[in-house]
Amino acid sequence: MIIVTKKSIPMAFEILTFGFMQRALISGIVIAIICSIIGLFLVLKRHSLFGDAMSHVAFGGIAIGLYTNVYPLWTAFIVSVLAALGMTKLREVTKIPADSAVAVLLSSGLAIGIVLISLSGGFTLDLFSFLFGSILLVSVQDLSMILIVSGSVLVTMSLIYKKLTYVTFDEEQAAVGGLSVRNINYLFIVIASITVIASIRLVGVLLISSLIVLPNITAIAMGKGFKKTAFISCCISVSSVIVGIIVSYIVNIAPSGAVVLTETLILLVILSGRYIIKKTRQSELEIGSRTESRK
Amino acid sequence: MPAEIVSVENLSFGYDSSLSLDKVSFKVNVGDFLGIVGPNGAGKTTLFRCILRVLGGYKGTIRLFGQDIKSNKDYLKRVGYIPQKRSIEQEFPVTVQEVVSFGLIGLRDSANSILSAITDVGLAEYKNKRIGDLSGGQLQRVLIAKSLVSNPDLLILDEPTTAIDTESEKKFYSILSELNEKRKKTIILSSHDLDAIKQLANKVACVNKRLFFHGDVHEFFDNEKLMMSAYLESSMQAHMHSHFDADDNSDKKVDTNGV
Repeated sequence: MIIVTKKSIPMAFEILTFGFMQRALISGIVIAIICSIIGLFLVLKRHSLFGDAMSHVAFGGIAIGLYTNVYPLWTAFIVSVLAALGMTKLREVTKIPADSAVAVLLSSGLAIGIVLISLSGGFTLDLFSFLFGSILLVSVQDLSMILIVSGSVLVTMSLIYKKLTYVTFDEEQAAVGGLSVRNINYLFIVIASITVIASIRLVGVLLISSLIVLPNITAIAMGKGFKKTAFISCCISVSSVIVGIIVSYIVNIAPSGAVVLTETLILLVILSGRYIIKKTRQSELEIGSRTESRK
Repeated sequence: MPAEIVSVENLSFGYDSSLSLDKVSFKVNVGDFLGIVGPNGAGKTTLFRCILRVLGGYKGTIRLFGQDIKSNKDYLKRVGYIPQKRSIEQEFPVTVQEVVSFGLIGLRDSANSILSAITDVGLAEYKNKRIGDLSGGQLQRVLIAKSLVSNPDLLILDEPTTAIDTESEKKFYSILSELNEKRKKTIILSSHDLDAIKQLANKVACVNKRLFFHGDVHEFFDNEKLMMSAYLESSMQAHMHSHFDADDNSDKKVDTNGV
């Protein structure tokens, strides 16, 4: 049974002095920001499951890395970017629906991983950490990689942000407005795959899409404009990561699960709050109209 | 600026094996308000998509502002476009101001010009509203503001009043009329609303895969045989009958025998 005592609060501050916790929080916050920004576009493009597809392909890439003794995240990067570009081309040429393309990618990526793992003698501890995330085990090498990748993603996104928003809003109008829609879409797919791979350390292959989807669904439900929605999504994502990591350490549970559950909790609170406000307004209006009709 | 803003010569385009446009030719001069009429599936949207370079692989020549569109893409910045189908997701988290600012991508962004375009279409008080909170008519006015913000010379509108109420439609048409008459914008409008075309346009092009008529608006609407030959065997006959029914000149009969 999990017991949170009065000692838990000072303990939360104390753990911030640990090197592994600092690395976990820094990488977690950076990943939370890029995932929520990329995720907003994925959700609005109706590609919410893209993260899942990419992470399963990445699983195949990780298996290749482990099999060939290469740093697994690099092989995952290469395999995922190639697969994402291949999927986009496949959709262009064959016109198969987006969800079918995701299903093809997801199952084939996982299949490659399973085959290679069986060839290399079964599941290892390393593989489990990629599957379920291991933010508390982030090394200096991992942190450097995450910071470089996240920095590149943020710089690129800041350069194409407005054009990408227009393309996501309406591709045809953006094309008429003189934008190279195809090139922008390809660039975004590459950035999105890179983001997914960089995020695997935090929540693992199995939970990555929640990091992309949940904060954005919550932020979109709040009914604001684009910039405010992106900002709210980042805030939800960052606070969930911080709360999730600290709580997971204090009560000794898996950090990836704690982060995702915190995001789910925020989503439920916001949706319930909006529902209650809507119902209250409706009943106020009904009471008002009844009073008017009696007069 | 050349007197001819649009010049289409022998334009043919086909999806798969069937022709959607067959040797269509017409010209639009500076300050013209051209109404394009024709039944559903007549190729009006295809014509616009060719002019706007959304579709390639056509035969013939299209010139905008005197330039062949295959050789120059920059002319697109001088064209405002409102598409037929509002594919816009109502839940898309974007405000009126943000949508209008899309019209300035690649150009110098200016808060003043954005606000001025929003004010021109009568939506100043809605500038910070999310588009999902607007009515269909208001949303169309937002798209007009987006098209106008870059101060284009040519506006192309593809059946813009589909699925909006009569009141919003009137407001929309009065904005178009003002743009053409006071601000001298050249406008091409495709619509099934023949009354609106009759009132707003000075030229008409009637398209049903090929061009049946191109010329003065009065010449077209005053010549019933011409209209019927253009519309014969098309689903637009229903629209025409309703147009005639509404006409005060009820003694006029539509004679299709001689066509």
